[in-house]
Amino acid sequence: MTTATTGPTTVKGAVGTAHTRVEGRDKVTGAARYAGEIPFADLAHGWLVLSTVARGRIRSIDTDPVLGMPGVLAVLHHGNAPRVDTDYVGMLGIPPDPTAAVFQNDRVPHAGWPVALVVAGTPEQAREAAEALVVTYDTEPHDITLSADHPDAYPADGHMPAETEKGDLAAGLAASAVVVDEEYTTPEEHHSMMEPHAATALWDGGRLEVVDSNQGTTWIQGELVKMFSLDESSVRVRSEHVGGGFGSKGLRAHQVSAVMAATVLHRPVRVVMTRRQMFSLAGYRSPTTQRVRLGAGADGRLRALEHRSLNQTSTVYEFVEPGAGVARVMYDADAHRTANHVVRLDVPSPTFMRAPGEAPGSFAIESAFDELAERCGVDPIDLRLRNEPEAGPVSGLPFSGRNLAACFNEGARRFGWADRDPRPGVRRDGRWLLGTGTAAASFQAGAGPSTALVTAEADGTFTVRIAAADIGTGARTALTLVAADALDVTPEQVRVRIGDSDFGPAMIAGGSMGTRSWAWAITEAARELRERLALGTSIPPEGITVRSDTTAALGALAQKERHSFGAQFAEVAVDTATGEVRVRRMLGIFAAGRIVNPLTARNQLVGGMVWGISMALHEEAVRDRASGGLYGPDLAGYHVATHADVPDVEADWVDDPDPDDPVGIKGVGEIGIVGAAAAVANAVWHATGVRHRSLPIRPDRVLSATVPAVGGGTDA
Amino acid sequence: MAPAPSSTSSAVVLNINGEKHQLTVDHRTTLLDALRERLDLTGTKKGCDQGQCGACTVLVDGRRAVSCLNLAVAAEGREITTIEGMAEGDRLHPVQQAFLDLDGYQCGYCTPGQICSAIAVIEEHAAGWPSAATEDVRPEAGPPPLTPEEIRERMSGNLCRCGAYVSIVQAVARAAGADEAAVGEDDANQGETAKETAA
Repeated sequence: MTTATTGPTTVKGAVGTAHTRVEGRDKVTGAARYAGEIPFADLAHGWLVLSTVARGRIRSIDTDPVLGMPGVLAVLHHGNAPRVDTDYVGMLGIPPDPTAAVFQNDRVPHAGWPVALVVAGTPEQAREAAEALVVTYDTEPHDITLSADHPDAYPADGHMPAETEKGDLAAGLAASAVVVDEEYTTPEEHHSMMEPHAATALWDGGRLEVVDSNQGTTWIQGELVKMFSLDESSVRVRSEHVGGGFGSKGLRAHQVSAVMAATVLHRPVRVVMTRRQMFSLAGYRSPTTQRVRLGAGADGRLRALEHRSLNQTSTVYEFVEPGAGVARVMYDADAHRTANHVVRLDVPSPTFMRAPGEAPGSFAIESAFDELAERCGVDPIDLRLRNEPEAGPVSGLPFSGRNLAACFNEGARRFGWADRDPRPGVRRDGRWLLGTGTAAASFQAGAGPSTALVTAEADGTFTVRIAAADIGTGARTALTLVAADALDVTPEQVRVRIGDSDFGPAMIAGGSMGTRSWAWAITEAARELRERLALGTSIPPEGITVRSDTTAALGALAQKERHSFGAQFAEVAVDTATGEVRVRRMLGIFAAGRIVNPLTARNQLVGGMVWGISMALHEEAVRDRASGGLYGPDLAGYHVATHADVPDVEADWVDDPDPDDPVGIKGVGEIGIVGAAAAVANAVWHATGVRHRSLPIRPDRVLSATVPAVGGGTDA
Repeated sequence: MAPAPSSTSSAVVLNINGEKHQLTVDHRTTLLDALRERLDLTGTKKGCDQGQCGACTVLVDGRRAVSCLNLAVAAEGREITTIEGMAEGDRLHPVQQAFLDLDGYQCGYCTPGQICSAIAVIEEHAAGWPSAATEDVRPEAGPPPLTPEEIRERMSGNLCRCGAYVSIVQAVARAAGADEAAVGEDDANQGETAKETAA
């Protein structure tokens, strides 16, 4: 386990040393219980019924025959379901996706829209009855096709301004010796975490209890409070173990329909999405169509940059996949224009998915940079280093740290980049053409307000309670290490409890901000607790508890460009007779803040890079224009990388502590995927001389591309 | 709680982790649902319920099976081993220990299936079964070395969306080496080979 870390961050303690997961034993023995696995007496099972048409109105729902079937307890639909409030803004500053606010009217805005919930005594009974429920529709024509020139596209802000502009783009391009002007597309992609969404709801002593699988218990609690118009204290949401999230595990139809059914039936109701239902109920990454224009001098220095991105959203919810945002951080030019547009189609609502914006955006702009390097005759790494900005290209703000050059230098040394022959299509290993590629990565480093409770127990141990979520990130373990250092004790003396909204408001596991946000709150509470203990007070049986709230501290942070950075490297082999592309090795070097737990952080960074391989070569949900639904919406039809697709993928880091974070953390959840698909695509060009500007690089796309003469180039 | 047998249900005895369980199951009940919903053995996970992800992998008579594609009524008379049956008391199975030590997981939801699969992979390999990654499949060639390529090919029925494949493969390799080393201790003649493999 070598690391590139050579810098000055050598703090004595648990943070920065490898620790196996504190819940690891439970996970390898099957003892760890996920949301759908907590037993409840008198549990009933709900099964969602989804629309079979892409647009229209529900004409009828024939509930009587189904209510007579064995074990059936209720059929909820728009005619009888409790009314809910959707006119609010939740914790993340956005309104709810109406797909979650089920059964409120007869409109069907997309295929796979929830139209009913059948509740029965056993899952088998509920499933059979749900499949027997006859729903008729008045259908309307639907439009599900995203195209670059869709007339209904409009600029939309999402989580950043829609458009930015400085300088004269046309003049900048006209004055450039070299111009790249290309269109890139990425397909519809699905989170496909291994654990399907599951929730059990019950009323217990006047309190609504929801056992769920989500990325933030106080987040979901707040949504349910607002949606069902309840008191904050009367709703408790728990989520102990979460089988992956990636942005999809927010408020969804399963929690809301379970709460409705538990309310109507006065008994616990569990709703679990089927794998196929997840493809229309759980959000996804919108396809994008992007245009990048780069103008540069012969030396590769940018004079003009334009990045435009268009994504689809549903007719009921606006979600922006801001592909053009990455250019606002990565590259500067006197003429600089970026724009994120959306178009509303008769499709399910997209949502955040690992590195929203950066993942597809980096594919486009980092591919375009590789094209620019080729046309300028400049090494792709040199090209990027020549275009390193002094300050935020759009904001003008200073970077809190920008160690991209260090990542490229270390990565190039370890990958063996110096020996690379830049010519495409000249390396062969039997039937395989070989190539290498690189790309840059960035992802925002932020933190959200959080509260934490830290207790000094009478037995000398400490308990931390925080509504954090461990969705596989290793947060529970990382927070144990952070707390141990903050309390100046060993990790064994610290017990961290998470996943319970009763612990108070906390940031979600999202935006690469979870561990940093929670660690900050724990550090604050631990500091104050130590000050109190230093006074020598004896600890009563109930312990001494200190509560922290980081809202004020975060509000006082100076405005800066705060990001993680990274350099991605890939080597691929391409068989132009079969169209098969194999990734042979990948290396990612990251500047991602202080690494709390090298064992789990490396795994997470590698996992992001594996997502990059998967995005580059495999993932694509294909929508059927006739039905408006997906072809093969399951894990046989939607391909994610499996063991045989993933070679030795290595991730490492350079020393890069965040100067303004109490622990030095930035976040490692998303940076691993950024640029990874571009590195693979650039390597495919280097292997074959063919540019693939549409993902995934399927065998048929490789086969249908014209094989160029050695040293030449062509497009796919 | 169990309903009486009828035209749509049957009384069965399931042998799970060496323990006999008597229950009446709906004929439509899969082995997976019987484990999770009826016997509170929730270590076996439901990822797709369609035989596409491998999260529900258990051992049936020592061989890998996706329990979502097996009916509970058809599992009578079989020896079923789930993730709950892999450790010996407090002592983890070497594959479990390797997953824990090498961080062969992230969210943990595919982990029981990965571990059950890995345990069977090591046995399948030791028994000389070839895979698509095996270069020489002639019987006289003997078991191929359990290279990372062999492990990846043999484990490809188990998806891990967190992308922990690199550390999973390392864990399987370490456990396989540990197994062979343990065999070597029992059999002095194989000691040298075992040491080489473990190194």
